[in-house]
Amino acid sequence: MINELGHFALILGFMVAILQATVPLVGARLNHHGMMSFGRTAATAQFVLIAASFLALVHAFVTSDFSLRLVTLNSHSLKPMIYKISGTWGNHEGSMLLWVLILALFGACAAWFGGNLTHRFRATALAVQGAIGVAFIGFIIFTSNPFIRLALPPFDGQDLNPLLQDPGLAFHPPFLYLGYVGLSMAFSFAVAALIEGRVDAAWARWVRPWTLAAWVFLTIGIALGSWWAYYELGWGGFWFWDPVENASFMPWLLAAALLHSAIVVEKRESLKSWTILLAILAFGFSLLGTFIVRSGVLTSVHAFANDPERGVVILGILIFFVGGALTLFSLRAASMQSQGIFGMVSRETALVLNNVLLAVSAFVVFVGTIWPLVAEIFFDRTLSVGPPFFNMAFTPLMILLGLALPLGAMLPWKRGRLEKGIRQLTLPLIFALSCGGLVWAMQTGRSLQAPIGLFLGAWLVSGAIADLLQRLGREKDFGRLMRLPRADWGKAIAHSGFGITMLAIAALIAWEKEDIRVVDIGETWTLGPYDLTLRDVRLEMGPNYRARIAEVELGQNGQMIAMMYPEKRFYPVAKMPTTEAGIDYRFLRDVYVVLGDTQDGGSWTMRSYLKPFANWIWAGAALMAFGGLLSLSDRRLRTAPSGHKPRAPQAAKATPAE
Amino acid sequence: MKYLMFLVFLVCASASAAVEPHEILQDQRLEQRARDISKGLRCPVCQNETIDESSAEIAADLRVLVRERLSVGDSDQEVVDFVVARYGEFVLLKPSVSGSNLLLWGMAPLMLIIGLGFGVVFVRRCGGQTPNVQDPSLSDAERSELEKLLKP
Repeated sequence: MINELGHFALILGFMVAILQATVPLVGARLNHHGMMSFGRTAATAQFVLIAASFLALVHAFVTSDFSLRLVTLNSHSLKPMIYKISGTWGNHEGSMLLWVLILALFGACAAWFGGNLTHRFRATALAVQGAIGVAFIGFIIFTSNPFIRLALPPFDGQDLNPLLQDPGLAFHPPFLYLGYVGLSMAFSFAVAALIEGRVDAAWARWVRPWTLAAWVFLTIGIALGSWWAYYELGWGGFWFWDPVENASFMPWLLAAALLHSAIVVEKRESLKSWTILLAILAFGFSLLGTFIVRSGVLTSVHAFANDPERGVVILGILIFFVGGALTLFSLRAASMQSQGIFGMVSRETALVLNNVLLAVSAFVVFVGTIWPLVAEIFFDRTLSVGPPFFNMAFTPLMILLGLALPLGAMLPWKRGRLEKGIRQLTLPLIFALSCGGLVWAMQTGRSLQAPIGLFLGAWLVSGAIADLLQRLGREKDFGRLMRLPRADWGKAIAHSGFGITMLAIAALIAWEKEDIRVVDIGETWTLGPYDLTLRDVRLEMGPNYRARIAEVELGQNGQMIAMMYPEKRFYPVAKMPTTEAGIDYRFLRDVYVVLGDTQDGGSWTMRSYLKPFANWIWAGAALMAFGGLLSLSDRRLRTAPSGHKPRAPQAAKATPAE
Repeated sequence: MKYLMFLVFLVCASASAAVEPHEILQDQRLEQRARDISKGLRCPVCQNETIDESSAEIAADLRVLVRERLSVGDSDQEVVDFVVARYGEFVLLKPSVSGSNLLLWGMAPLMLIIGLGFGVVFVRRCGGQTPNVQDPSLSDAERSELEKLLKP
């Protein structure tokens, strides 16, 4: 019964979305107040209906209702409760429903909190958001309905892919979707702005928090996914340049570009048409990501729904929205006049450089990702594009970005002087160069990776500190530091996080140590400065798996530091083994141990790794997300200027209506 | 087909790392070369894993093959060519810099140059003149408005 109610709510939600996509739009044309207001009611109703539908599906998973096909295919009665819940979105249909739920949530947020937008503008934006809803709810109902019943329900389910039964991965998809779909807000606002022919500081003030929130969620989602890969896949890799990873990384790069260019629109009324284009592309790449993950066009480790037919539908949706928006853009972009005038050396120029580098790097990732497809279709070559390509093509762009960032972040708006910026950054530069030099002198290897990475990390962090300090003024009043706007702190923290992540990746790749060997129980082996001893291997039963758990003692200079328990699990229902690494997390390094297969005579294959600075990768990502949140909480972002009041004549002139 | 995909998944994504102790060569320098080569070769039946990471049987065979060739005295390039001759270009994770792939490799520098070009044009157009070099004179309408405002 509850399932049918959920199904019914979904269909009703579809109907409401159709109305939301049309009525307010017509109302905005006719200037009909009631029809425009309807958008808000519809957005709220759509959210409530989709939420009801989603909760019904969660209920089915929690109660293990195997009369639903989806539950049978993806759940099992013995599964721990948290994975029953997360199993709701651990599959194609359920994850699409979560996607649509978040879409409706964002639409509803614009309806609830959009009081300071003009009436017409909000109605148009809600209509666009509704149209996206129509496409995706329709997609769910007609091609991937989660509420399909089985005529003969089995006694038990076929279990969720064991790799997905993990806390990191339980929360990875919701965050990613919050990010992907959050960009739909920027898209709807961009399209509405094109329809209304109006882009100004007030518009940017609205788009920026949404983009920032989406970017923060994407950062968290990507970091969780990469952390999961690190501890779960069994050799401590954290980024594989896999199509599915790239699918989330491209929107992240573009969202980063967008939130910077929106600052220029807000503060200086410049870069308008480019910002609109970025907003369209950022969401376009999220849709492309959805297409890549769900069509199986590009094979990948994590693709979970390989169905070409569904892929075609998503491709159609993608072409309709991005193509439509770009057409509108080509018709209207000319009317978006840039206003601000600025010197060659200025914050504006620095942000243009930031945007060029981020957009080009997103494009490079895009080309590398789809190249196998292009080569097969046009050149009849079956080939692969893997990490070596991306490392070579992508890394230099990030190095350029890192080099330019501290200087650009310190330049004043309108017009700055390069010498002044360089003078303020002398100390950070010397500090960073000596860090890099020290590493260069200390290490024996041939690689430049670590020195460059360390230099960039030190340069970014100390540059951010120097930026904060120069805000103190001449009298060095440290109390002022606390009174700085939160956005300034957010900026410094997020930029430092970026540096820390770069440093950590370089250090980890350059200094990682690996050891693979067969050991008997009681045997000791060395890994760098550490001694590891295999104490015991025992069998244990988990709730829905069998596990072999090794006890490994980690010691240094005869002193025990920690016990590690690497596991090898076997999930009988899914007939799949998984590896749980034993990791000793420390500030400067991780020791990472993996239990391999048993050999003749009772000995075991053990893989052990020394991973310096591993935690710093995710610490950097967490800092980036935290900086974004801090900036989001800035009062200036929440108190957007009212769109109802007539703005300064100069700004009104900047945006000729149609 | 779906069954096949499932099988592939079963074989590859079983999430246990790959290189087995008995495969490792005594000669450390040779072994290091083998590892480096393996990291650039894709497992033919897996979804985007190198033979160095994959636990599929064919990946193990390929790892042994790479080590055999190295032991015989092949250069790194010869080993890679040997594998590519048998399994096709598909196994190369670093696409060869030849033919249509030149487009792929050239894309990053090309896009950077184009992007920077656009950036420079934009900055010049928008900011070529620095704020204070702007024409300071007011139009008649502005002047009369200013006078109105300045009147006590």
